[in-house]
Amino acid sequence: MNFDPTDDRRMLADSISRYLADNYGWEHRLKIAYEAPFHDPQKWAEMSELGVLFALADESAGGFGGAGFDIYTVFSELGRALCPEPVLPALMAAKLLAAAGEDLTPLLSGKTRYAVAIGELSAPYDLDEIETEASGDTLSGRKSVVYGAHGADTFLVAARNGDTIGLYAVAADAARLTTYGLIDGGSAAELFLEDTPARCILSDAAAAFADAQDAGALALCAEAVGAMDTCKDTLLDYLKTRKQFGKAIGSFQVLQHRMVDLTIEIEQARSITILAASRMGTPEQSRTVSMAKNLIGRVAKQIAEESIQMHGGIAMTWEYPASHYAKRLIMIDHQLGDTDYHLQRVMAANQAA
Amino acid sequence: MDLNFSAEELAFQNDVRAFLADKLPREFADKVRANKELDKAELERWHAILNERGWLAVTWPVEYGGTGWSPVQRHIFEEECCRANAPRIVPFGLHMLGPVLIKFGTKEQCDAILPRILDGRDWWCQGYSEPGAGSDLASLKTAAVRDGDHYVVNGQKTWTTLGQHANKIFCLVRTSKEGKPQQGISFVLVDLDTPGIEMRPIKLIEGGYEVNEVFFTDVRVPLANLVGEENMGWTIAKYLLTHERTNIAGVGFSVQALEQLKSLARQERRNGKRLMDNPLFAARLSEIEIDLEAMKITNLRMLSDAQKNGAPGPESSMLKIKGTVIRQTINDLARRALGPAAAPFPSEDLENAALAPADHMHNAAEYFNNRKISIFGGSNEIQRNILTKAALGLS
Repeated sequence: MNFDPTDDRRMLADSISRYLADNYGWEHRLKIAYEAPFHDPQKWAEMSELGVLFALADESAGGFGGAGFDIYTVFSELGRALCPEPVLPALMAAKLLAAAGEDLTPLLSGKTRYAVAIGELSAPYDLDEIETEASGDTLSGRKSVVYGAHGADTFLVAARNGDTIGLYAVAADAARLTTYGLIDGGSAAELFLEDTPARCILSDAAAAFADAQDAGALALCAEAVGAMDTCKDTLLDYLKTRKQFGKAIGSFQVLQHRMVDLTIEIEQARSITILAASRMGTPEQSRTVSMAKNLIGRVAKQIAEESIQMHGGIAMTWEYPASHYAKRLIMIDHQLGDTDYHLQRVMAANQAA
Repeated sequence: MDLNFSAEELAFQNDVRAFLADKLPREFADKVRANKELDKAELERWHAILNERGWLAVTWPVEYGGTGWSPVQRHIFEEECCRANAPRIVPFGLHMLGPVLIKFGTKEQCDAILPRILDGRDWWCQGYSEPGAGSDLASLKTAAVRDGDHYVVNGQKTWTTLGQHANKIFCLVRTSKEGKPQQGISFVLVDLDTPGIEMRPIKLIEGGYEVNEVFFTDVRVPLANLVGEENMGWTIAKYLLTHERTNIAGVGFSVQALEQLKSLARQERRNGKRLMDNPLFAARLSEIEIDLEAMKITNLRMLSDAQKNGAPGPESSMLKIKGTVIRQTINDLARRALGPAAAPFPSEDLENAALAPADHMHNAAEYFNNRKISIFGGSNEIQRNILTKAALGLS
């Protein structure tokens, strides 16, 4: 039993953390997060050189990582700095392309950007419920809130193909898109497929999509843990410096005990995410990821809301970074399955026995 | 990161399992599973079985007859004991006084007292809290005044768990009124046969008797029964709080309770369906299961730190706060799962009436009794005060 990261992962975490601190300052972050194209190609290339993308795939696919704890390492650091770059779609695309036996080099080197289109308006999380259909070499349907779509080169799309769900590659210039910015930074798009040309790269891809969704959910959990750590540091610092009634507000027990509770919940959130990372690639993967995503959903909401409340008015302002952390922590629950969705998956496992 | 036990630890786990399968009396496990109390003779018999194997004093070094186990080994042992529904080791002599004597006592005290704890000749109980000194323990008033080669003790202790079985008590007493309240406290050992001591049982919320009041009137205690130096009792009390927090999260108990709850939810039927298939109940159960899964890892993370640093940090207060709340929530669901059948006082007549599954007759009593776990050993509010200072640096 050992909860220390390996030396390699510690070095990776340090280099991502240092890079983002030195090169992705807060003002720059705000600009990228909230203004088109919601992406900085130069920083993307530099992050790729650091290994941010190579860490997401295993050696057989041309990367140097790909395990649960690699995902945990990368996304915790991205979350700590609230980095808005679309790394999550890259992770999910890497999983899908590897499952299909495709060449990952263009993705891992940062040259080609992919967006993954699974969810639909009436089936935001559940692969089994999607309606988009393949007919020959074309797709028809609508994919909703496709993250990282803006500026993506290729879409990896889930579509019905008779009794199976297939994985299709759609060139960006072949698709009709409506892109928009997101309330917590970054962008997404509606993807309208109207007899759109597509290349089937894996005809029975349900398992591959489930695996990519699990990996993505784990990444979101890790991102939330990193963001919560920063959120807590900021709040604690504020409690020590902000004075009211002639003393630091951190001297009031009503805030002290709430701060302790937040600290405990963050450790619980970290623990369940570590557990989920450790179970990737095992038969327990999906159930444990759902446990993690459910707890993260609950804790992230508590941290976000308490951070705003305990700060007071300042955390209601755009100017104060904690407000943006709070937004991200809340909106993570809207990606790849929310608290209720994942609780139902855990319930289903209990009811099956 | 590696969440698995080492090969040696797994081998140890197998030894513990084999021992429990072989030596734990079935009737004890049946009682523990059903949340029934074990009587004094049964608890003593279990201690003797463990002592025979050399596994009674899990926190003591080998030279004093302890196991010398690492924190991880202790954890594995506790986990397996919970899984097997073994009775809990009575902690006062073994987990509390023993380590205090080994750290602060004289060699004579260790030699005279520790063997009697191991072989069961002495049953110790604890005299810390007083009617006017609960969370504010340092304000305790029970006084020990020197008179020749004795202290004369006057005052009242309370919440003395299983005092009715004990022949000895270790107490925090006031030996000085100078300086801060913490600076005038001493740790003394008292023979319960000494004239002037009266023990009265306190009936608890669910109707059981496990705690007592202890009254001291001109009780003469030899000066040799002082542990450590006079007026350093607070240091000893704090040592106990930070060092002897094995299983403070109660994860093993919660794991066992959750397994029983799941089994109950699959047996109980409501309107032709299993309770487990009621989405509201299944959601509550699954949510607490998730909290417990996280707690298991939080517990292991802190254990791993303790293994590295020699002692758990103030973070162990987190385990107590969250661990007790999780356990209480499971108790709450186990009570609710029975519906009206949770209401009767447990009795043997009712067991024959099969009102509720036999192992669950005590669910309501257990729920009420376990409201104590977020109060004793430093209430969860006191734990938050500790964390405020030690983990957050707020004052």
